[in-house]
Amino acid sequence: MSLAAVEEEPRHPEGAEPDYIRGKSGVMSWVLTLDHKRIALLYLGTVTLTFFLGGVFALALRTELLVPENGVMDAMTYNRMFTLHGVTMVFFFMIPAIPGVFGNFFLPIMIGAHDVAFPRLNLASYYLYLAAVCLGLWGMIHGGTDTGWTFYTPYSTTTTTTVLPILAAAFVNGFSSILTGVNFIVTIHTLRADGMHWMRLPLFIWALYGTSVIQVLATPVIGITLALCAVEHFLGTGIFDPARGGDPILFQHLFWFYSHPAVYIMVLPAFGVASELVGAFTRKPLVGYRMIALSTFGIAFVGFLAWGHHLFTSGQSAVDAGVFGFLSMLIGVFTAIKMFNWVGSMYKASIVMAAPFIYTLGFFFLTVFGGMTGVALATISLDVHWQDTYFVVAHFHFIMAGAVVMMFLGALHYWFPKMFGKLYTEGPAMVGAVLVILGFIGTFTPQFFLGNEGMPRRYYSYPAHFQWLHVTSTIFAYILFLGLLLVLINLIVALANGKQAPNNPWGAPQYEWDIPSPPTEHNFPATPVINRDPYEYRGQEIIENAN
Amino acid sequence: MKVGVMILAAAFYNEWMRKLLNLPPQASSIAEGVDNLLFFVIAVTTLVSIGFALVALVLWAVYRNKGKGTVGQVVHPGIMFEVVAISGPLFFFLLWFFIGFRQYVEMESPPDDAMEVYVMGKKWMWKFAYPDGPNAVGTLHVPVGRPVKLLMTSRDVIHSFFIPAFRMKKDIVPGRYSELWFTATEPGSYEVFCAEYCGTGHSMMRGEVVAMKADEFDQWLAQQRNGFASRQQDSAVSTEEAPRTEANMVLQGQRLAGEKGCFKCHSVDGQPHIGPTWLGLYHRHEHLSTGETINVDEPYITESMMDPTAKLVAGYGPVMPTYMGKLTAPETAAIVEFIKSLRNPELQAQPSEPPTYEPSRR
Amino acid sequence: MQTDATIDHGHAEKPPHLRFQFSDSARQFHAAKFGMWLFLGQEVMFFSALLCAYAYYRNQFPVAWSMASHRINTTFGLLETIDLLFSSFTVALAIHFVRLGRRGITTLLLFVTLCCGLIFLCMHSYEYYTEWHEGLLPGRFFHPEAEWHLPMESAMFFSCYFFTTVLHSIHVIIGVGVLGVIMIFNIRGKYSPAYYTHVEVGGLYWHLVDLIWIFLFPLYYLVA
Repeated sequence: MSLAAVEEEPRHPEGAEPDYIRGKSGVMSWVLTLDHKRIALLYLGTVTLTFFLGGVFALALRTELLVPENGVMDAMTYNRMFTLHGVTMVFFFMIPAIPGVFGNFFLPIMIGAHDVAFPRLNLASYYLYLAAVCLGLWGMIHGGTDTGWTFYTPYSTTTTTTVLPILAAAFVNGFSSILTGVNFIVTIHTLRADGMHWMRLPLFIWALYGTSVIQVLATPVIGITLALCAVEHFLGTGIFDPARGGDPILFQHLFWFYSHPAVYIMVLPAFGVASELVGAFTRKPLVGYRMIALSTFGIAFVGFLAWGHHLFTSGQSAVDAGVFGFLSMLIGVFTAIKMFNWVGSMYKASIVMAAPFIYTLGFFFLTVFGGMTGVALATISLDVHWQDTYFVVAHFHFIMAGAVVMMFLGALHYWFPKMFGKLYTEGPAMVGAVLVILGFIGTFTPQFFLGNEGMPRRYYSYPAHFQWLHVTSTIFAYILFLGLLLVLINLIVALANGKQAPNNPWGAPQYEWDIPSPPTEHNFPATPVINRDPYEYRGQEIIENAN
Repeated sequence: MKVGVMILAAAFYNEWMRKLLNLPPQASSIAEGVDNLLFFVIAVTTLVSIGFALVALVLWAVYRNKGKGTVGQVVHPGIMFEVVAISGPLFFFLLWFFIGFRQYVEMESPPDDAMEVYVMGKKWMWKFAYPDGPNAVGTLHVPVGRPVKLLMTSRDVIHSFFIPAFRMKKDIVPGRYSELWFTATEPGSYEVFCAEYCGTGHSMMRGEVVAMKADEFDQWLAQQRNGFASRQQDSAVSTEEAPRTEANMVLQGQRLAGEKGCFKCHSVDGQPHIGPTWLGLYHRHEHLSTGETINVDEPYITESMMDPTAKLVAGYGPVMPTYMGKLTAPETAAIVEFIKSLRNPELQAQPSEPPTYEPSRR
Repeated sequence: MQTDATIDHGHAEKPPHLRFQFSDSARQFHAAKFGMWLFLGQEVMFFSALLCAYAYYRNQFPVAWSMASHRINTTFGLLETIDLLFSSFTVALAIHFVRLGRRGITTLLLFVTLCCGLIFLCMHSYEYYTEWHEGLLPGRFFHPEAEWHLPMESAMFFSCYFFTTVLHSIHVIIGVGVLGVIMIFNIRGKYSPAYYTHVEVGGLYWHLVDLIWIFLFPLYYLVA
């Protein structure tokens, strides 16, 4: 055992304590749980539903785009579809998913703690998130809104669609995000076990730390902005209404002040997962631990300064544009540092191929391409052509799908044995991973070409010469959907029938693999003392898998 | 000869890359420069991404796990590794930024002699107005080889004027004017899209720019002006709402002008009063108190309602109150349409005469 | 500073307030304070977005801003400022006394703080009432007396003013509620020199509520 016990007597003799799933029973023990692992599963259930809901909206709009006009729905319905797709995916999946599921589950374990600093606040975060989802669903049932997830004024303040519940949902979701961020920062600072000094933290923890800082500082701004928009919609106070001296561009500045750092809230946890997967599947310590850790803060800090690159064509001065464009370029450099170190860690490694690492390889390609097209968009003169076209849509889907969804699925497979104590079947998982990766590439690569040609976003109907690219994109969207279904079914089957998982099926060196699969309620029988680095191999062996 | 070959090769490369990347024809003076930068950026992006993917696949193949206890070798790359990881990307990113910024500054610097055209975007159509010339809905005629500057505003929500073939785009914001300039280089007809979501008809809010050879354009413009007073080309562009005919907006404008007190100072029969008469006001050349002469167009009328003392007609006092906050955007548009309907061809050519009495001071 | 003098680490006897994830009281107390400071940080960001809107519009319409500011009740604003400053003092005293175990005085001080909050809310409500009657309301509800010659852009001042002060008042209401709960817990004997985290953390929140007002007062009431 590499985790040494401390002087205190263990609560229960080893092996007698049930795991956190079979421990306390009854519905109320789950509904009112304070166990961070159970809260993680509550998040997992909800984000799975919101992910598929967002996916259904996407398939609906891609189906409509098979024909240049008048397909399966009318224009207003289509406009609601893309808005609700964006709102559901951004606010109800991308922001909470990795921190809410894997952050909650593994943050305390990875730092040697029994739980987070504020377990009740943690549960409150989940219920705020759930309330936001319910508010959003209520709004959707009443027709939803068509403003786009960006709610630009004055359209959002004058539309007759049900925009208020959707704004309220995003507002409430923000509180969930803020409280999770507070919880994680305090936990990382105050509950690290003895021996867990800063340079021994797993890189996933560094990523969560950076994410939490952004969550705490940026989210309040979107809260206020959406509240201002809602009040203006409801009361006509005029703060963004030019007829009363208001300025619609002020809304854009305030909105993007949050929403640009928000993309780093989405992507930094994914980068953290990537570090963990590289550490586990290359079977050697990562190259450039310090650089990867510190570049997280580079991204977080500079990420706050770059929001104006969303306003290059909106009417800001050339000087502003120049400053924002320049700063945006720097963020790309921090990401490049990580990418070089991750791929560099594969040199002289001993690489295991399994579904999580297939996702990692997909992640490498999609993130480099997605990230560099982001740099391309920050090249101002090019953005003048590409702004509000499908090029932007393709760029952010490459990053969001390429980084975040890949790493969400990678994390889900990697940590599945630990979280559920079962092994999934590798064959279908690998096929699913390949289908998902190819599906993403096929859906969004045509969209780069659509953007180049000038196809604007949020368009219900379009000139016929864009059609063949739309058809290609839609066909691959269906392939992507099938791949995701396969992944889901495979994991559900594993939950029901999977073989019992040993503590460390991957033979990985990180701290969480030393405790039972699944863990006990308090993670460790006694508070551990950490005496080794997280990626240091000491003879761990891979255990043969379910296939 | 060598130079000739190089030029041909460059042109071939340009056209080949443009088609490969599915870009529209390069129909404006900046389009080719923008495309060259685009080719550079996208080529490097594609090569680097595929490069990373290939390196990863090769490394996987070479360093496959060979036994369940086998681990990889601890490697400490030198500081050069991180230096390359930082400086390589930084060099390219900054290079692209600076080239792009220079191009952008050029896009934001219209030449002084550019021909101005007023653009008004509203749900869901484009209206164009030449200063001394015709109005048009949906189609903008421009000369090839001469710079054109668009002065754009919106009547309702944010729109965006996008001409893919020119590689130009600018948002159109209510309450302010945005500028976009270009020089068309090839005669032809080019698609215009609205590129900022504006409601049900957003994807139908399309237009076209027709670039004509310069002399043909001059001919066309002259023809338009001769026939201007008696007809207006108002080809209705789509809208899914019940179409508002001009008559309705004009009547609405007339009613509003009465309700809001405009007629207290502005006559409709040609009599100068506390303010200039509205008869023939549209496209009249007014002398301002600053000495300059302007052509009364929709932007000027709108501005006079919101900020009356900004461009005051000579001979009239600064007594008009502002209507900011007292008129909604549709109401303002209706009053403008009413004023435009008060056209008398003979009066059009003459500037306003000052009133024959001292205006009362407020 | 909380001490663990009464806790014997050698035996598994833990104070009742110590939660299982913390190894000792000191760490738990530190975590609670750190958490509250982070929360206050995000509250500051919350208001700074409104400050941005204020700064932008004041820069656009300086004259309208100043004229609008003259029309709100500076005397009331000053009294509210003094009231909140005093309440910050009383809550700080409350923390001082709870550390000393003086339960009665602590309750009294918490009560006084709470009352100051209620007084603030009453005074501010009266201000809103007056502004309602005078037509000094945001956006399309702006109908001031003609003789004041307030330009249209003043409506923007009132948009910012109402949004910011209402948001602040909501925080005051929350603060009053929190102080009330803490006061009741204190009466019931929940706090002692070994454990008074709620009082400390609630006090911090109240200080922020006061601090935000210190910024709002000159920005809205004292525009030259």
